[in-house]
Amino acid sequence: MHPVTTAHYLWLSAALLLIGTIGVLTRRNIVIILMSIELILNAVTINLIAFSKYLGQAHGQVFAIFVITVAVAEAAVGLGILIALFRNKETILADEVDLLKW
Amino acid sequence: MNTVFFLVFGLIVVVCAINVVVQRHPISSAISLIGVMGSLAIIYLQLGAEFMAAAQIIVYTGAVMVLFIFVIMLLNAGSEEGGKGPLTVRLLGVPLLLVFLGLLSYLIQRLFSDTGPVRFGDFKGGSPADVGRALFSTYLLPFEITSVLILIAILGAIVLARKELD
Repeated sequence: MHPVTTAHYLWLSAALLLIGTIGVLTRRNIVIILMSIELILNAVTINLIAFSKYLGQAHGQVFAIFVITVAVAEAAVGLGILIALFRNKETILADEVDLLKW
Repeated sequence: MNTVFFLVFGLIVVVCAINVVVQRHPISSAISLIGVMGSLAIIYLQLGAEFMAAAQIIVYTGAVMVLFIFVIMLLNAGSEEGGKGPLTVRLLGVPLLLVFLGLLSYLIQRLFSDTGPVRFGDFKGGSPADVGRALFSTYLLPFEITSVLILIAILGAIVLARKELD
């Protein structure tokens, strides 16, 4: 059977990045937009760990830990903003939040 | 064996990720996202990153998804009816996406087509001990700055989500 190479993991990461990008661009629900951002950050993490293995060093995994930390902080602050938004505007659809629209 | 593992869990990751984007109701998306995170943990394990696999399960499926589902329940978010974006976005989006995908495939094919096979358990430099040693020697300053970042995120989330006091 064909062996799995590093390139396969890069393909998986690219697929996840693409799906996440489509989600961010097409969905209107802010919760799902935040989930799509998590998908994109996980695509980055796959890349970092795949290259960590490719180069035989642990440094890629350290950067993956930093990426996870930033992703979690982003989710917490994003959902906090979402709660504040819902309290003021009674909506969680991104296109109904047009306060700054000209 | 490795190929079968990669194919099965890679397929689960991609299908669940598509499901996250396609589902109308946020709860269905959240459940699919748990599937993505769980399968990704197996993928990390196959890449020899045991600590990352455990962290993925604990942090994402344990903490982040609970936070997401908690917020969905709190806001009582219903399913969203299909709204169409502007025409220019729909007309430009698909070609741009295809160009991006083509460019990405070309680069991966060009740069990484001759990488060696990845087998389960033949990576010796990525054990939790090695990660910890790198984290607390080479990357000590970024690690400490990360703790400040988390503190700021906690304070920001509390300030943003609390009720305004008169």
